[in-house]
Amino acid sequence: MNTVHHGAPLYHLDFFGITTITFNLANVLMITIASAIVFLIAVISTRRLAMKPTGMQNFFEWVMDFVKNIINSTMDWKDGGRFHILGITIIMYVFVSNMLGLPFSITYKGDLWWKSPTADPVVTLTLATLVVALSHYYGVKLKGFSSYGKEFFKPFWFMFPIKIIEEFANTLTLGLRLYGNIYAGEILLTLLSGTLASTVGGAFAAIVPMLAWQGFSVFVGAIQAFIFCMLTMVYLSHKVSSDH
Amino acid sequence: MLTNSLVLGAAEAHGSNFNGGDIAFQLIMFLILMALLKKFAWGPLMGIMKQREDHIANEINSAEQSRTEAHQLVEEQRNLLKEARTEAQGLIENAKKQGDLQREEIIALARTEAERLKESAKLEIDQQKEKAVAAIREQVASLSVLIASKVIEKELSVEDQEKLINEYIQEGGR
Repeated sequence: MNTVHHGAPLYHLDFFGITTITFNLANVLMITIASAIVFLIAVISTRRLAMKPTGMQNFFEWVMDFVKNIINSTMDWKDGGRFHILGITIIMYVFVSNMLGLPFSITYKGDLWWKSPTADPVVTLTLATLVVALSHYYGVKLKGFSSYGKEFFKPFWFMFPIKIIEEFANTLTLGLRLYGNIYAGEILLTLLSGTLASTVGGAFAAIVPMLAWQGFSVFVGAIQAFIFCMLTMVYLSHKVSSDH
Repeated sequence: MLTNSLVLGAAEAHGSNFNGGDIAFQLIMFLILMALLKKFAWGPLMGIMKQREDHIANEINSAEQSRTEAHQLVEEQRNLLKEARTEAQGLIENAKKQGDLQREEIIALARTEAERLKESAKLEIDQQKEKAVAAIREQVASLSVLIASKVIEKELSVEDQEKLINEYIQEGGR
């Protein structure tokens, strides 16, 4: 099992002597790379804007339409229009992040440097918490504090504890679903390439399942990005829409 | 001490260290990415999509407008054609009527002229006849006087003779 579990390049920042903040430098690197790729895609696709869209502009407009459809399927565009850019960022960032770990992984001095940033629960739970926090913020902002608070006692007052638990459960499931899918995919890829392919015969034997699993992981990564975006909009709509 | 286990507690395996670095970095990067996307991709694209929408709406409107305009023009042309046709019809009718009238007039004029000419000719003829008759009568009277005076030389005075002959001629001229 040692071949599967690599270390993480940790960096400890002394925070004014109060506490020590730990950075996983691999996460920092991969988050930066994923963000840079998304940003590059966005810049390239909007470099030459035209009334008649071509090439990358078409692609980006398709993404925008796709997210718009997701939002429209969960809430009114009048409420949901403000989340359009959030949805676009989430779906592109998560998708690119999921794809990053597929082609290879890089370990240096026993530390795992190149991987999917979404294969780390810290990253996915951060995103999930951000989404849930945003849902509460917009719930208060758009509906007022009293009607936001009343939502916790509907349909019966004794549902209150369950509603509270639901919020935490939402956060956890949203983050851990993404993490679990991507992490499991990477684990299997590492196993295939590391354990099975340690001999020449094993390498040949590993080619077919590697290809199959990579293809499947592309599919899973796309689906997970879609699900993450979809659930984000669902949670937001629960808090924002008045008809729920 | 590192993430040597598959369990979810991997994040807590960092010991007493607070792994807020990744969280903070992820949050900040995500917010920055969102702001950048909004500024460089979402804003311009929304603008151009809106522009396209407007453009299409305008095109549809103008197409609709030109269609109605064309329809109106065709209607107008048709009306004009109809008008022109009725006008031409009227003109022809008028001309025909005018021609008829003119013919009638000319004929009437010619007829009266002819009548007038005939009348004057007749008058002339009558005058000439009368003149001739008067001349002949005079001639005859003087000739008869001459003859009579030749025949009955002195029996009758010239005045008596003339009176007598005039009586005879009057009778004979009837």
